[in-house]
Amino acid sequence: MLAKIQRILGTIGLPRLLIALFLLSLFVIAPFVNVRVDTSINDLIIRFGMNAVLVLSLVPMIKSGCGLNFGLQLGVIAGLLGSVISLELKLRGFVGFFTAISISIVLAVILGWLYGQLLNRIKGDEMVVATYVGFSAVSFMCIMWLILPFKSPDMIWAYGGQGLRTTISTEGYWYHILDDFLRINLGSHIAVPTGTILFFALLALIMWAFFRTKAGTAMEAVGSNPDYARSCGINVNRVRTQSVILSTVFAAIGIIVYEQSFGFIQLYNAPLMMSFPAIAAILLGGASVTKVKMWHVVVGTILFQGILTMTPSVINNLIESDMSETIRIIISNGMIIYALTRKMKVRT
Amino acid sequence: MNPIKKWLIDYSVPIMFILIIIFATPLAGYSMSFLANEIMTRMSRNTFLVLSLIIPVIAGMGMNFGIVLGAMAGEIALILITDWHIVGVPGVVLAMLISTPIAIIFGYFSGAILNKAKGREMVTSLMLGFFMNGVYQLFVLYGMGKVVPITNKSILLSRGYGIRNAISLDGIRQSLDNVIKVNIWGIQIPVMTWLVITALCLFIMWFRKTKLGQDMRTIGQDMEVARASGIDVDRTRIISIIISTVLASYGMIIYLQNIGTLNTYNSHEQIGFFCIAALLVGGASVSKATIPNAFIGVILFHTVFVVSPRAGKELIGDAQLGEYFRVFITYGVIAFSLALYAWKRKVEQENERRSALGLHRASLQKPGGGGINVEKMGN
Repeated sequence: MLAKIQRILGTIGLPRLLIALFLLSLFVIAPFVNVRVDTSINDLIIRFGMNAVLVLSLVPMIKSGCGLNFGLQLGVIAGLLGSVISLELKLRGFVGFFTAISISIVLAVILGWLYGQLLNRIKGDEMVVATYVGFSAVSFMCIMWLILPFKSPDMIWAYGGQGLRTTISTEGYWYHILDDFLRINLGSHIAVPTGTILFFALLALIMWAFFRTKAGTAMEAVGSNPDYARSCGINVNRVRTQSVILSTVFAAIGIIVYEQSFGFIQLYNAPLMMSFPAIAAILLGGASVTKVKMWHVVVGTILFQGILTMTPSVINNLIESDMSETIRIIISNGMIIYALTRKMKVRT
Repeated sequence: MNPIKKWLIDYSVPIMFILIIIFATPLAGYSMSFLANEIMTRMSRNTFLVLSLIIPVIAGMGMNFGIVLGAMAGEIALILITDWHIVGVPGVVLAMLISTPIAIIFGYFSGAILNKAKGREMVTSLMLGFFMNGVYQLFVLYGMGKVVPITNKSILLSRGYGIRNAISLDGIRQSLDNVIKVNIWGIQIPVMTWLVITALCLFIMWFRKTKLGQDMRTIGQDMEVARASGIDVDRTRIISIIISTVLASYGMIIYLQNIGTLNTYNSHEQIGFFCIAALLVGGASVSKATIPNAFIGVILFHTVFVVSPRAGKELIGDAQLGEYFRVFITYGVIAFSLALYAWKRKVEQENERRSALGLHRASLQKPGGGGINVEKMGN
């Protein structure tokens, strides 16, 4: 019996279990501190829809052995550029939304290719370099948002007439375009953003199917044993580049899905730290630096966003001060450290 | 490789910075004496912190992003002495004394975790900085005034516990700098601060020569060889991080007594990035950092920092642009240097692998003749 418990603990992992129990206890406490469980669940579903694609975007790079994509911001930047261009073109509704996605896919392919070339030259140090590539790309774009010649009065500063605003509303363009698609109302407090969830399911399905094709299997082979893959005649660098491009493209789509639900396009320093919550979520779901399964994305996003939804309301009512931000910092970064200190086989 | 080309690649970051300075300084149009004073202030403020990065590099642990932990220890000590109204140089010294045990604990914790993440020290220490920021918040924002008694109401938030966002350090403001202040050609030199920095340089030079310092160098070169020769690798690595963390806490106190206000929740956040960028700009790499690297780096990096907002304003008419530009170069420099280093190392490994493979092939072609061909294939 004890051995069995230990084995289950081993597969789930202690921190994951603790956080799941923590989340569960928050839900149990909630009614006693006057927090409505149904609105909390509603928030959780919305946040899941907002973030799931971003978390999903991490999968290809982990599979191909490039590690956790700390350079997620590159994809986010492609997505932001796509969004502001589509707004500049005054495209509304589904046309605007899919134009934004198409433009950002093109940009993400280019950026991802360059990023992949870099990562192939620094194998073994991907994560720390990627972090700083992400940071410098965001700060470079800060300069660009100021000087790029956008003209739409909805997006530039009202005074001065130059430079994009820090937050741009998607209201009137494609605000809630997916969220409101086939929206289902359950009772008075739960409204399921069906479109967003379906869109995520579609992307997840595409990714799942991809890893069953020849190219996908090759990617997994490169991740689990590059030498073996090379001896099978797989061009390791090419496959790695493909995985980086794929991750970047999904990240670009992910941020656009996020924007349509959130209602704002956030520029300048907003994307700076965006990679960390996504990474923490997938690790919470059960992924490691080298291994990931599709359900890790779903479980991880629910757990992580669950904590984010429940801690502000429950903890605030419990001790009457807002500790949620601090708890978020400790849990997300603690989870990443936990994953980095796990033993893993040495890659060359 | 062509030696000139190699030199250019090795020192590409400092060269780039010198070019930016040559280009941007005339644009900014500051007077020479203003610039010199500004650089002197910033050097006395930052050099100690930058120097605290050197010892982990010797031990082969790369850039210690975990100096943020040391900075936090220094800040906690400063909050306490501000609460106790201890002013002047005694305040600074007491702050250093209080921060030492805290920094030792932080350093031990950090070192122990980095030992579990060998080969990934840098990204782990970076995440450790972010993680401890949360723990620091928990302690300072919720613990202080509740668990830790704070009597001075003026540094507490109005709700009765937790420290305010900004604390004025008037009591110790520039107290170290003003002990002896010499004015040479209009440049104010805080002699006492420089004596402290010199003492640290001497300590680092002496430390390199001790048994412990030599052990660290061996570990930095090859961990397996070090282990085989009987060095306790894990322990020595922890010690190197503890030293770095303690030094960083002193460095943070020197830094903040110069600035005079403590941004309770932000002061430490950027410290790691800026110091590491400065050291890399000085020509250091992940595996090699010297005292001159630190000095040159601080001068180059901060000159660009001083001139870029004004240069940006003159060039595009927007000071904000210069602000963004300097953040960009901070991150850019780190990304570029780390990538360049990793790339060079990979090329070297590839060359080694190729020559080893050639050796192996030669020995297969001529059974028993592998030994003879070694020299030929070595080329």
